[in-house]
Amino acid sequence: MKAQMTALLGWVDERFPLTANWKAHLSEYYAPKNFNFWYFFGSLALLVLVLQIVTGIFLTMHYKPDAALNASGVPVAFASVEYIMRDVPWGWMIRYMHSTGASAFFLVVYLHMFRGLLYGSYRKPRELIWLFGMFIFLMLMAEAFFGYLLPWGQMSFWGAQVIVNLFSAIPLIGPDLSIWLRGDFVVGDATLNRFFAFHVIAVPLVLVGLVAAHLLALHEVGSNNPDGIEIKKKKGADGIPLDGIPFHPYYTVKDIVGVVVFLMVFTAIMFFMPEFGGYFLEYNNFFPADPLVTPPHIAPVWYFTPYYSMLRAVTVNFFWIDAKFWGVVAMGGGVVILLFLPWLDRSPVKSIRYKGPIFKSAVAIFVVCFLILGYLGMLAPTPLRTLVSQICTMLYFAFFLLMPIYSQLDKCKPEPERVTG
Amino acid sequence: MKKLLFVLLFAPLVALAAGVELHLDKAPNRAGDMAALQNGAKIFVNYCLNCHSASYMRYNRLRDLDLTEDQIRENLMFAADKVGELMRISMQRAEAKLWFGAAPPDLTIIARARASEFGSGSDWLYTYLRGFYRDDKRPTGWNNVVFENVGMPHVLWELQGQQVMGEGHKLAIAKPGKLKPEEYDALVADLVGYLQYMAEPMAQTRKQLGVVVLIALGVLFVFAYALKREFWKDVH
Repeated sequence: MKAQMTALLGWVDERFPLTANWKAHLSEYYAPKNFNFWYFFGSLALLVLVLQIVTGIFLTMHYKPDAALNASGVPVAFASVEYIMRDVPWGWMIRYMHSTGASAFFLVVYLHMFRGLLYGSYRKPRELIWLFGMFIFLMLMAEAFFGYLLPWGQMSFWGAQVIVNLFSAIPLIGPDLSIWLRGDFVVGDATLNRFFAFHVIAVPLVLVGLVAAHLLALHEVGSNNPDGIEIKKKKGADGIPLDGIPFHPYYTVKDIVGVVVFLMVFTAIMFFMPEFGGYFLEYNNFFPADPLVTPPHIAPVWYFTPYYSMLRAVTVNFFWIDAKFWGVVAMGGGVVILLFLPWLDRSPVKSIRYKGPIFKSAVAIFVVCFLILGYLGMLAPTPLRTLVSQICTMLYFAFFLLMPIYSQLDKCKPEPERVTG
Repeated sequence: MKKLLFVLLFAPLVALAAGVELHLDKAPNRAGDMAALQNGAKIFVNYCLNCHSASYMRYNRLRDLDLTEDQIRENLMFAADKVGELMRISMQRAEAKLWFGAAPPDLTIIARARASEFGSGSDWLYTYLRGFYRDDKRPTGWNNVVFENVGMPHVLWELQGQQVMGEGHKLAIAKPGKLKPEEYDALVADLVGYLQYMAEPMAQTRKQLGVVVLIALGVLFVFAYALKREFWKDVH
């Protein structure tokens, strides 16, 4: 039997680089041995991507992207989600996996990005890994935005209305652009159907391609580590990095532990509090979309709220152009500025472990501002809240824009020769 | 020191959190209480399911409440022929809108939709259904403490009696109904329990399944961790 398997493998290898790829990406991909807690979130993001795709496929089998009202006066799309929740065997579980998965995706991706920030994983030679990752993040935001319209609840409808209307703030082309995006003068059936198309095929296709590019770029240059030093600089006689261990089996077995712990948290939420206090499934979204009833308070889901706060923080008109446009610029800029991180950080060391007090304080302020912006984005604005979000938005941008200066001024500690524990 | 810094950094949030308050009474928990839920279903089909539909809910789903299809057919089906039908109504929405100012909403998932930071959807419904009072300024003659200028008249008034808004925004019974106040509260609790069940009929199942899944993952964790330990023994 074993001989036959080997023969089969040989047959395949002559025609397809199966063993070569297995070695290059798993059994002979040498990863630093000192990965810590923060290094679980990359593989977890991949897991959640697969989970979303698989559950998504099953959801499309019963979901109907149709804004027309059924005999009971309920939009068909909204009713089809409830049909999945009630009449499709195990439909409720698939749906909760998908809705919890959306929030889980952002949670692990935010933590994964923060890991990159902590250990300078975006620095040379990993700029492209960071860029591919940022494009994944942008696509993920698009994916979440398109997907959120599909249940066709009140928040789906009005959230999409608010976001598409942002484009109308662009001078000259804005109003026509927003009509072009919606396919209608208001968010309607045309919008729902095109968002469905983007959500189930266009964006996932791009996402999967970007994930492949992200991983290929990573495996080309090798993984960073909490010490921010290159393990490839110290190789043994066999040409293997002294501080490297094969990804498989070491990190596969380690990541299984991470996956199990993640799944415990994930299933606890999914089975015991799928709405997560209104943060994962907004309560108002249990009302079907009604174009005639504007909710008193429209808030995006938690993962968009930091950027939503930046949007609302801009309240002054510049150059005779409406504040709303500058709000859009701030919101977009808040995301786009992350792309430039590899070139903004001029510190002589990569990892926060060896960076000085200035950088550490800057990161702390940045994290606090990001969390406060996220919190304020969920609440209705008041003058005080707007002021705080303005301060936090300024600090958010200052963190990036001043980085070329303060990262050079900082008093860094020397990096070690070999990785530490 | 670090902790103090942390507290100081987040202190502004406390000042920011303050907002409008909506006081809701806590709805008694009826989950899993089959007699109460059956009673709630009876009240629902008798008093609610004429103007309000429950158009995602099938009659035969009520088997969840330990009822047989025959019991459902004989006691709870006034507006449908087949036990597998959805709980629809014959009132036209356009007409209802003319009569009440707004078409009565579908009630299948109302207990989820009415949840907010002030309390669960059940709390809202429990307070709402006990919060009607006489108001001559309203076309129906009724108003409500949690839903100001509501279009719906007090459908359960025969049971509760008539409340009036007294001194200090307190409700008082002006004309007693068929039930004593505590009996009425219990009846509303049963109805709200039913609405909560109907909003997510699989809620009990998912919680039971969740326990099994977590135990299974706990066992898997032990093996996964042992496996990791075994492989990593030789990494120094």
